[in-house]
Amino acid sequence: MNTKVNEKELGGSHVSERIRELRIQDLHAFYGEGHALHGIDMTVYRGELVTLLGRNGSGRTTTLRSIVGLIGRRTGSIMLKGEEIINASPHVIAHMGVGYCPEERGIFSSLNVEENLMLPPKVADGGMSVEELYEMFPNLAERRKSPGMRLSGGEQQMLAMARILRTGANVLLLDEITEGLAPVIVDKLAEVLIELKNRGYTVVLVEQNFRFAAPLADRHFIMDHGDVAEIIHKDELDTKKHVFDEYLSV
Amino acid sequence: MLTDLLGIPPQVLFGQLMLGLINGAFYAVLSLGLAVIFGLLNIVNFAHGAFYMLGAFATIFITQYLGIGYWGALIVAPLVVGAFGAVIEYFLLRRLTGVDHLYGLLLTFGLALVIEGTFVKMFGASGVPYPVPEQLAGGVNLGFMFLPWYRAWVVVASVAICIATWLLFERTKIGAYLRAGTENPKLLQAFGVNVPLLTTLAYGYGVALAAFAGVLVAPITQVSPLMGSNLIIVVFAVVVIGGMGSIMGAVVTGLAMGVIEGLTRVFWPEASATVIFMVMAIVLVLRPAGLFGKTA
Repeated sequence: MNTKVNEKELGGSHVSERIRELRIQDLHAFYGEGHALHGIDMTVYRGELVTLLGRNGSGRTTTLRSIVGLIGRRTGSIMLKGEEIINASPHVIAHMGVGYCPEERGIFSSLNVEENLMLPPKVADGGMSVEELYEMFPNLAERRKSPGMRLSGGEQQMLAMARILRTGANVLLLDEITEGLAPVIVDKLAEVLIELKNRGYTVVLVEQNFRFAAPLADRHFIMDHGDVAEIIHKDELDTKKHVFDEYLSV
Repeated sequence: MLTDLLGIPPQVLFGQLMLGLINGAFYAVLSLGLAVIFGLLNIVNFAHGAFYMLGAFATIFITQYLGIGYWGALIVAPLVVGAFGAVIEYFLLRRLTGVDHLYGLLLTFGLALVIEGTFVKMFGASGVPYPVPEQLAGGVNLGFMFLPWYRAWVVVASVAICIATWLLFERTKIGAYLRAGTENPKLLQAFGVNVPLLTTLAYGYGVALAAFAGVLVAPITQVSPLMGSNLIIVVFAVVVIGGMGSIMGAVVTGLAMGVIEGLTRVFWPEASATVIFMVMAIVLVLRPAGLFGKTA
C-alpha cells in the first residue's frame, strides 16, 4: 500500500501531496566487520530524480546495494512503495518494481546483446518494448548479436540501462552511469534520463559528474562518511554552492 | 589397410575404439553433470560417483518393485535421484554459499562415503547383475567388428542427452539464466531471478545426469556400491582437461578421452589406465584453465 503524505518539500516553500516511493530510516550496512553506512535517513518521492553525491567511499554505492538487497548485513528500515524490504531477498525486491544498474554495468559476457537485453524477467507492466529501446539506443539494434563484452563502454552502459527499462521497473537505481564515457554518450544518457523523468520514473542516481547531475535532479543528497550530510533542492544550487565545494572537492 | 600396416587385426582396433567410445559417452555425461554443478554452485561435487551408483541401483529397484522395466527406469531413476540431489542442495550445500570451495568438496566427499557405505552394508560390495533389455539384445556384424545393439544405444543416448543439455543452456531462457548465474549470481538475483531456486534445480539436473549414466551402465556392468568411486577420479580428470564449468568442454573431452583411452589400450596397453591423467598434466601445464575453459 502506498503512503500518501502531506509534507513540506525540502528546501522549498510550498506544501504538496506526494507519494513516498522509497523511505529509508536509520539504515546501517556492514561489509564483514566494516561499518559502511551509519544510520542513513532518506525519502524519495514518486517521479522524483535524486542524486547521491559524494567522494569515493562516502557510501553512495553501498546505499544502492542495500536497497536492492545485495549487502549481507543491514539494519534499520527500507520502505519501498509502502512495504518493508529490509529483510527481503534481492529477487523479491526486484519484483516490486526496482531496476538496478550497477557501477560495473554487469553485462554478462557469455550472452549476446539481445540475450542480455531479454535476460531480466518482467517485474511489472508498462516496460518499454524492445523496439522502443532500440529506437532509444540505435547502437544496440545494430549490434544485437554481438557478445556483450565486445561492446564499447558507452554501448555497455546503454545496454545496462535498456535492460532494466524493458522489465517494467519504475524505481531505477543507477550507479555512476557516466563513468569513463565520451561526452557525446553522456549527453545521450542525459536525454534518456529526462525522457524517463517525463514518463514518471523514480530515479536514484549515484554520480560523481556534478555537471551531468545538476540540471537533471530534483534534489541532491550529499553523502559523507556513510551518512547523508546535506540535502540540497534544485532551487538551492546557487545559494549552497559552498556545500558542494566542501563535500565534493578533492 | 592401416590396421594391416600396424599388424593389428581390425576387430581388435575397432573393438577397442567402440569400447573407448562407450567409456567416453559415460565420461561425457558424468563430466557434463559435474560441469553444470561447478558452473553455478562452484562446488566440486565429489558425491557425483555415488549419484551415478544410485542411478544404477534405482534401475534395479524400479524394475523389481515398480515393474516398469528399463525404459521406465531411464526416465524415473534420473527424476528420483535428481530430486534427492535437489534436497541435498537445499538442506546441506546451500549452507556453504560464500565459503571456500574446499568445504563443498569435503561435504560432498563425506556424502559419497555415507551413501556408498550404506549401500555396501545393505547389498555387499560384490555387485548385482542387471539384464540388457530384450529389445536391445544381440548385435550386428559390421564385417570388421561385432557391434552389440545395447552399446550402440549407450553412445546414441549419451550423445542425445549431451546435445539436449547443450541446447538447454544455449537456446533457452533458463539456459541464459544458468549462464548468467555462472558469471554473476548476485546481479542476476537483483534482476528478479530466483537464483537460490535456480541453483537447486541446476544441482538436481547435474545429479539427474549422473543417474542417467547410472541407468545406461546398469546392463553392461555389475551394479555395485563402489562403481562410482572407481570412475569418478577419471571423470574429474576429464573435467579438468575440458575446463571446469565448460559444457562443451565436458562433452567433447569426455568422448575424446574415451577414444584416446581405447586407442592406448591397443597400442600401449600398460599406459591405458594412466593416459587420461598424463593428458591432464600436459593440459594443466600448457593451458591451466582447460581446453575449453575461460582464462581469468
